[in-house]
Amino acid sequence: MGVSYNPFSLEGKTVLVTGASSGIGQETAIQCSKMGAKVIVTARNEDRLKETLSQLEGEGHSMFIAELTQQEELEKLVGSINVLNGVVLCAGKGMTSPFPFSTRGKYDSIFEVNFFAPIELLRLLVKKKKLEKDSSVVFVSSIGGVDSFQMGNGVYGASKAALNSMMKFCAKELAAKKIRVNTVNPGMVNTKLIQGGAISEEQHKMDMEKYPLKRYGEPEDIAYGIIYLLSDASSWVTGHSLVIDGGVTI
Amino acid sequence: MKTLEEFVSLFAEQFDETDPNEITANTEFHDLDEWSSLIGLSVIAMVDEEFEVALKGDDMRSSITVEDLYNKVLAHL
Ligand SMILES: NC(=O)c1ccc[n+]([C@@H]2O[C@H](COP(=O)([O-])OP(=O)(O)OC[C@H]3O[C@@H](n4cnc5c(N)ncnc54)[C@H](OP(=O)(O)O)[C@@H]3O)[C@@H](O)[C@H]2O)c1
Repeated sequence: MGVSYNPFSLEGKTVLVTGASSGIGQETAIQCSKMGAKVIVTARNEDRLKETLSQLEGEGHSMFIAELTQQEELEKLVGSINVLNGVVLCAGKGMTSPFPFSTRGKYDSIFEVNFFAPIELLRLLVKKKKLEKDSSVVFVSSIGGVDSFQMGNGVYGASKAALNSMMKFCAKELAAKKIRVNTVNPGMVNTKLIQGGAISEEQHKMDMEKYPLKRYGEPEDIAYGIIYLLSDASSWVTGHSLVIDGGVTI
Repeated sequence: MKTLEEFVSLFAEQFDETDPNEITANTEFHDLDEWSSLIGLSVIAMVDEEFEVALKGDDMRSSITVEDLYNKVLAHL
């Protein structure tokens, strides 16, 4: 076995990463490029997306600005793509809202981004036959709403639970096309999604103490799990939720 | 614009066990028996609904009295 032996390599694969202008998506795009993939990055903020593009290693990467809740923009994005071997559906947003304040409008605004956008993007990619045989699709879900039910996290958690459910339906149906579909379900990760919101810095510090590994995750902790699911090392893995959470749901 | 008095009563509405009359502008709310992180989140959500101001968790923490919090809301308007 040579030093280059690497069953997790993404060499020869083209991978689309949404939410690539920040946090987990940005780190995933960078790590995918380091593993040899050609990466297509997408998000709304042009400056931050360019920043991601500039950090990708190797050649052949590209970026596409899109508001994923807009059908025309989804269609343009899909139209711009030739063929993919991997998709990471990472764009998403958070919300803290106790149940009595969780109006229909709040569910709509979260479900648009966290559920309908990635599902519609995947639908278009499948329908337009943009996914090569043996492709891998990874949704970035959450432990929230699936294994963890923190107070005030219902709207967000429900959107992720819906995503987890659709992942399994897609895994079963798309297996006929040899497309694998999985999720990663992170615990709390240090990104701007959890900073400066209704939960104070001090409350986060107390929450961290509940983690057996005594820290929140970093974006690369999640990116490495995504790489496993994109790589041929996980060829026999589909319909699975990979929990990456420092042990908090034990 | 809602007055301090109206704010105090909206604040008091977030509690279930505490007598609303017990809560005044000068109440040091973190010391109330019923105070909890969920009530804190409810106060933030109430402020968002009534004032369209997104208070941060750190605003709650650094406020001692109900009036302090009202002033934070005014500062964000
Ligand atoms: N951080 C955590 O603790 C945590 C835990 C579990 C799961 N997650 C999940 O991980 C994913 C990434 O979150 P993060 O923590 O990395 O957050 P983040 O740093 O806020 O990144 C969110 C990304 O989504 C993009 N985005 C948001 N709305 C969009 C829209 N309407 N159209 C297109 N792009 C959009 C943002 O880009 P633009 O603003 O440039 O569009 C950004 O790149 C989310 O799905 C989140 O739910 C996070």
